[in-house]
Amino acid sequence: MSPIMPEVKAVPNVSSGGAEPLPAGTDVPSTAVLSTRDLNVWYGISLALRDITIAIPRNQITALIGPSGCGKSTLLRCFNRMNDLIPSARMTGEITFEGLDLNSAETDPVSLRRRIGMVFQKPNPFPKSIYQNVAWGARINGYRGDMDELVERSLRRAALWDEVKDKLNKSGLDLSGGQQQRLCIARTLAVDPEVILMDEPCSALDPISTARVEDLMDDLKSEYTIVIVTHNMQQARRTSDMTACLMLDDGAQHGHRTGIIAEFSPTDRLFTNPKDPRTEAYITGRIG
Amino acid sequence: MSAPTVDADPAVLPETLWAGRSRMLMIQETLIGPFLFFCALVTVVTTAGIVLVLGTEAFRFFQMPEVSAVDFFFGTKIEDDPVSPRFGLLPLLWGTFVIAFGSSIVALPIGLLSAIYLSEYAPRRLRSVLKPALELLAGVPTIVYGYLALLLVTPVLKRLLEPLGLRVETFNSLSACLVVGVMVIPMVSSLSEDVLSAVPRGLREAAYGLGATKFEVSTRIVLPAALSGVTASFILAISRAVGETMAVVLAAGIRPQITLNPLTSIETMTAYIVAVTNGDASEGSAKYQSLFAVGLSLFAITLVLNILSGLVLRRYREVYN
Ligand SMILES: Nc1ncnc2c1ncn2[C@@H]1O[C@H](COP(=O)(O)OP(=O)(O)OP(=O)(O)O)[C@@H](O)[C@H]1O
Ligand SMILES: [Mg+2]
Repeated sequence: MSPIMPEVKAVPNVSSGGAEPLPAGTDVPSTAVLSTRDLNVWYGISLALRDITIAIPRNQITALIGPSGCGKSTLLRCFNRMNDLIPSARMTGEITFEGLDLNSAETDPVSLRRRIGMVFQKPNPFPKSIYQNVAWGARINGYRGDMDELVERSLRRAALWDEVKDKLNKSGLDLSGGQQQRLCIARTLAVDPEVILMDEPCSALDPISTARVEDLMDDLKSEYTIVIVTHNMQQARRTSDMTACLMLDDGAQHGHRTGIIAEFSPTDRLFTNPKDPRTEAYITGRIG
Repeated sequence: MSAPTVDADPAVLPETLWAGRSRMLMIQETLIGPFLFFCALVTVVTTAGIVLVLGTEAFRFFQMPEVSAVDFFFGTKIEDDPVSPRFGLLPLLWGTFVIAFGSSIVALPIGLLSAIYLSEYAPRRLRSVLKPALELLAGVPTIVYGYLALLLVTPVLKRLLEPLGLRVETFNSLSACLVVGVMVIPMVSSLSEDVLSAVPRGLREAAYGLGATKFEVSTRIVLPAALSGVTASFILAISRAVGETMAVVLAAGIRPQITLNPLTSIETMTAYIVAVTNGDASEGSAKYQSLFAVGLSLFAITLVLNILSGLVLRRYREVYN
């Protein structure tokens, strides 16, 4: 274990420079939208994430991979302060979003979540009409433009318009799982976020729906920054520009499962030439 | 230990390791079904018996020469005249309606708001204390509420309203509505809290993720999603208020009249049944028989309300399955 540890700890510092621009050679032209420095997250007394330092580049797709329970969802939920809703969750360290200290008392999580949208693992449309599903978020955020136009634009953007344009008043729950997930994406796009966080958005979908969502992501990245958690290596490979591989910390206290970042590199490099032995083991299917 | 031995020589296994089922267990198993069936039968038979007795006795009431069904269902007078008594249901229906309506004004908003507070706002620790405390309210004997109305609420109402020139009678429907309202709050809050908490967490997270405030999430996502369950709790609470007896007798009295004045006495269907049972009506007299007709009507009303709430609740379940 000891020969691995120093190397593992060194990796985040090498491949991501916190809030600073990424080092040359990582093929990341743009600056970071979201970045964390020395982030630790606890649930009650158990440390779920340790020393997370990562920078999410603008207008790119960043994939988070790693074995179950290593804290991918936890990290994602830190980015839009969704963990505020879990009473036992606590964090230390720094998260910066467009130069804004995410965890400071002045940052309003409600207006922040509008700017950093989220798509969940299980499609969760509201039990309302398709139209209302898309319009709801825009309405509560005080959208004053033409709502019909916004609904159509968002549904088109989510590649769902043609399938639902004749039944906008039907319940969102009447759609298929894949359509529901695209409805949830449309709903997120309607509030005009800057970042879209996706937590295993395709795990409940069939291959065709998955392909559509992946196409969609590729389409969206010119305007949005996307962070996606996935268990599907091929998906990470196909869709993302950067990949962070999270691992369970071997050195964690007995009985606690603590996640760390084993490696954060451009996707093609991480998959073809992983620097961390555990990343390699994971992506070749020997861990997890 | 090794598998081949076991396969080759099955004689090692059976009698020594597997004792099989004892005969006692087999007998238990054959008897338990009929026993459980018998238990279930008790409640069904009781209900059927009640309906049967109410039905036949009410039928006898309507057969009596001094009684007419039309007069019963549409009459506005209850008169104890020995020659031509009048049994009009309407004043009693009105009294029951006043109590149900008035107590709903108290119980539904307070119950619903406390349910929203408990399910969406209260910290988990506080909720685990508050919810049982609220449910305790439901355990207070109803006669206690009656005395509360008579000895506390009505005197306070008198103190407050009489200086304004309003006459508050000792028995009045307002105090009855207030105490019955408080009495059924736990029904609304507890049942509503259950259905609100049952709304999937994913819906809340989706709404928060779009930048909704807690108030928006509670009132515009969670509450509409749980609406049929909340409605069912309302109907059950109303049905409970309709059937409430002791508190109403003590607080609102037994004067059958159709009035809009909440400061005067009324008589509900339940109160009528109590009054006649305690009175001097001889068995078999028309007045005595009228009990069953009123009882049957009351039974019908609460039955309809309960079925209604069941139907509404079932719709709610369908939404999430
Ligand atoms: N609400 C919570 N309360 C307490 N512990 C939690 C909570 N959510 C997650 N955890 C713990 O935090 C750790 C990381 O969980 P997380 O859901 O972030 O993992 P994950 O990488 O997303 O796993 P998966 O791939 O299975 O989704 C786990 O050990 C989990 O048990
Ligand atoms: Mg997860």
